[in-house]
Amino acid sequence: MSSVPNRPTESFEATRTGNAVLGKSAVVKGQILSREDLTIDGEVEGTIEMQEHRLTVGLSGKVRANVKAREVIVLGTLHGNVETGDRIDIRKEAKLVGDIRTARIVIEDGAYFKGNVDIVRAEVPKSAGAAPAASAPRPATTSASPATASPAMAAGAGEIKR
Amino acid sequence: METRNSSGLDQFCSLLFERPGLTLLDLAGANQSTMAFLTNLGHRVYSDDFLLQMDRCFGDGDFYENQADPQKVAQFLDAALDYPAQHFDGALVWDTLEFLSGPLLETVVQRLGNMLRPGSYMLALFHAEERAETIPTYSYRIQDRKTITLAPRGRRRPGQFFNNRSLEKLFSDFESVKFFLTRDHLREVIVRR
Repeated sequence: MSSVPNRPTESFEATRTGNAVLGKSAVVKGQILSREDLTIDGEVEGTIEMQEHRLTVGLSGKVRANVKAREVIVLGTLHGNVETGDRIDIRKEAKLVGDIRTARIVIEDGAYFKGNVDIVRAEVPKSAGAAPAASAPRPATTSASPATASPAMAAGAGEIKR
Repeated sequence: METRNSSGLDQFCSLLFERPGLTLLDLAGANQSTMAFLTNLGHRVYSDDFLLQMDRCFGDGDFYENQADPQKVAQFLDAALDYPAQHFDGALVWDTLEFLSGPLLETVVQRLGNMLRPGSYMLALFHAEERAETIPTYSYRIQDRKTITLAPRGRRRPGQFFNNRSLEKLFSDFESVKFFLTRDHLREVIVRR
C-alpha cells in the first residue's frame, strides 16, 4: 500500500504536466506572473503575464484582466486585452470582450467575441527568400480583378452619386 | 449552410485589395472564415454581433416598441456603436439595419457614417420581398471575394421594408449609394462615405 496521501486527480494531472490550475472556488485579484502553463477555472481580476506559456480560461473561468501569453485558449469568459506570441483559440460558448494582438486566431462557431483583432506576423528574414508581402499573404482569390456582377447574381443594379 | 455570390461584397473588396492595413468593422459576429479572409489581406478587424446586441437591449418584451425607449436606446448605442469618429475604413453591416425601427435606424445610420472615414464603403443587405411577414436571418461569412456563406439564425419580423427610393433617403448623407438587386429578393447596397 502506498503511504502517499490521496490527492485530487486534477491537481495531480496539473503537477505532472507542469500546468498550474486555479480551481473553481479560487478568486485572485492582482498580478499573475507564471513560468508554467496555467488553467483558470475560478475568477481572476488584474493582469496576467506568462509570455512563454499557455493560458487556458476554463469553462467556469471568469477573467477580467489584460493578458500576455504565448498561447491563450478561452472556454469561459475573458474581459480584457489579449496579446499572444503564437495563437488564441476562442472555443464554442466562450465569451471574449477586448482587443487581440496575435499571430494566429481560431474562433469556433458559437463563441462570442467583441473587439479588435490585429494579426501580427513574425518577420521572416530576407535571407530566407521571403517575398515583401510575406507579412500579409494574400489568398489565391486576390488575383481576381474587381469583376462585375456575376450573371447568376445581378438581376439589376443602380448607382446614385451625389 | 448555403453560399451565394455577392456583387456587393465584390465591390466592397475592391477597397480591401487596394490598400493593406485598413481598419474594418464586421457586425455579423466573429467567425473564422471572415476573420481569416480579412486578416490575410493585412487588415485589422473589429468584430461584434449586432443582432445579439439588439436582442440584449430590446429583446425583453416587444422588440420594436423597446426601440422607442430612450434608456434602452442609449444603452444599445453605448454597447454597440461606441466608436470614435472616422475610426473605420469599411463596415460590413449585412442585414442588421432591417431590424431597427424608424428613428433608431436613422440614428444608427448617422453613427455609422460618423465612424467611417471619407471614401470608405459600407455593405448592407435588405430583403426586397415586401409581403413577407418574417424574413430569414443569417450570420454572414466571407468565403472569398465574391462568395458569402450564410449560417441560419432563424426568422425575424423586419422593422420595415425598403425600396430603392427609401434606401436613397436613408443614406442621403453619404456620397453615393449603389444597389445590386439579386434574384433571391435581396438588395445588396454599397454605400460610399
